[in-house]
Amino acid sequence: MKQIVFISGKGGTGKSTLVASLSQIVQNKMLADCDVDAPNLHILLNGKVMEEKDYYGAKEAVIDKDKCLSCGICRRTCRFGAISEDFEIVPFHCEGCGACTLICPAGAIHLEDVKTGNTYVSETDRGTFSHALLDIGAEGSGKLVTEVRKNARNHINEEDWLLIDGSPGIGCVVIASITGADAVVAVSEPTKSGISDLERVLAVAKHFDIPGYVCINKYDLNPDITRQIEDFCDKNGFKVIGKIPFEPKIVYALREFKTPIDAGLENITAEIEDIWEKLSEQISTITGRRR
Amino acid sequence: MKICITSSGETVESMLDPRFGRCSYFVVADLESGEHTVIPNEAGVSGGGAGISSGQLMVEKGVEAIVTGNVGPNAMNVLKAAGISIYRGKTESVKENIENYKAGKLEKITETVPSHFGMGNRS
Amino acid sequence: MKIAVLSGKGGTGKTTVSASLSATIKPSQYVDCDVEEPNGYIFLKPDIKHSIPVNVEIPCVDESICTSCGACAKACQFHALAVIKNKVILFPEICHHCGACYIACKPGAMTASERTIGVIEMNDDQTFAQGKLNIGEPVAVPVIKKLKEYLRTDIPVILDCSPGASCTVVQSLEGCDFCLLVTEPTPFGLHDLKIAVSLVKKLGFPFGIVINKALENNSLIQDYCKEEGIEILLKIPYLKEIAKNYSGGTLPVQNNKEWAARFIELYDKIKERVLQ
Repeated sequence: MKQIVFISGKGGTGKSTLVASLSQIVQNKMLADCDVDAPNLHILLNGKVMEEKDYYGAKEAVIDKDKCLSCGICRRTCRFGAISEDFEIVPFHCEGCGACTLICPAGAIHLEDVKTGNTYVSETDRGTFSHALLDIGAEGSGKLVTEVRKNARNHINEEDWLLIDGSPGIGCVVIASITGADAVVAVSEPTKSGISDLERVLAVAKHFDIPGYVCINKYDLNPDITRQIEDFCDKNGFKVIGKIPFEPKIVYALREFKTPIDAGLENITAEIEDIWEKLSEQISTITGRRR
Repeated sequence: MKICITSSGETVESMLDPRFGRCSYFVVADLESGEHTVIPNEAGVSGGGAGISSGQLMVEKGVEAIVTGNVGPNAMNVLKAAGISIYRGKTESVKENIENYKAGKLEKITETVPSHFGMGNRS
Repeated sequence: MKIAVLSGKGGTGKTTVSASLSATIKPSQYVDCDVEEPNGYIFLKPDIKHSIPVNVEIPCVDESICTSCGACAKACQFHALAVIKNKVILFPEICHHCGACYIACKPGAMTASERTIGVIEMNDDQTFAQGKLNIGEPVAVPVIKKLKEYLRTDIPVILDCSPGASCTVVQSLEGCDFCLLVTEPTPFGLHDLKIAVSLVKKLGFPFGIVINKALENNSLIQDYCKEEGIEILLKIPYLKEIAKNYSGGTLPVQNNKEWAARFIELYDKIKERVLQ
């Protein structure tokens, strides 16, 4: 099975819409949403949950009121302001560092794993789909992304492709989304900050030795910057595999939970089909060469 | 000599897991006795520092060489400090990777890490 | 008055709204708390005059005292310390500056040292302030904390938060008088809006909504707001012109009196809500 990850330097570039559209074109595939901080793909996929697991992504201090002497040493030690006047843990402030557990003279504090979200594997009409939803105020992590990818792997049933909606940015979660993948597609917009964002994400892909491709969304909004992106890709050996025009009808379609393909937007559909044709061809030549 | 292969499953027939810090299992193989032990990777619940704790684990287990795909910058620092060598494995079973290691067919990874990391180590 | 602008997801137009507000309310202070990708400066074009490094405390090991017992590495919940071959190795990027290792070190070999993880930048009259986290640094909260030390108290403050609903956003929101939630009329927008709404509700802040990329029919968001009793304060239509100007670094309120008037109206509505 070949794994393709779709990433972007910043959010809102149309990554999930592209993945959802491709999910209607690509045959025999699985889907995973690794954009764990703002998962969106499940909204466009009508799935039936087959497997649901609690995700414990953090630790938090717990104070045993019976043992607590109310001496206040923990409060003075905590650098995150996470212990209140009446020795309660302040929501969202505890980082789970455990400094208070070490300093407490009465041994009244310990760390406990806290549930910070759920992982799901769903059956959809477009294939098996692995994703996660975080609780409010919780933060995604490389571990959760790894968990989502592992869940997908555990449900493989001779599929040829795994399409992964990756997370935006360049941090740990992105690295966890792309390691071990066969190709990375960076979805970019021609905005002023777009090029530097793109450079950063592609640098991550390059570091992990994963072939990187670029798709420019709303390319006609700023032909100058689009040209700059193409020049940059040319110089650095990244292929631009698609250019999608600005089309307000896409937003109209999404509002009705439809992809541009569902909505019958022919020019967009043709472009996305073209993207897949180029991408699948590229990937098979590369992996062919490697073997 | 003990070597460790990052594995996607619990047996030597499992495929190599190309990640070090976040691999599913570590297979520690004793080349003299031919025995091996499988350790599930319980990388830190806090989400960060998986490479470091995995590196520390290798030191504790007395591993002298690692066969894996990618090693992150932090794990690289731990392994280097401990004098553990790193080899790039192939997408084959753990067993085949052990054989390839013995036959000296694997490439040693020495490549340093991206520029923004690596200046940390002050001790 | 402090107004925080946030959105559950990236790319909804948070910076457009916060920078536009700041550009129309004069005087006001624009504070970019999106320290990983600050880009309000692209539109507001400030003349940066002050640059203040953000330092965090990190442990430093006195090797003459260290017994390499490994207690520090064991205590560190973030795995920022490793003890290899009688030597303590610190991974400063991962360090959360919590101080647990100092407590764990019985011989007292840990001393405090400092390192820079980012910078606060401001123009001369501090009407513009931004935090910037250095590339490769994963811990953003100290930069936001430091940035918030420079909030002005004499003029309105607009805080542009990072996307999402994580602890960095919680940090940015603290002490605010009003939260402005920016969304778009798509199922994605609605989904993430709900997350942002539950966050501000949990924290107990008054809030209202701006619909960006609005269409003639925004029932998706409107129905939800009606059901929840949330006020929609402004709609910014989805026009190629606005998107085009944005991509070139121009805000809808710049050189457009009509839009400037709408943002002043938005500010008046917020003021009314806060003073109630």
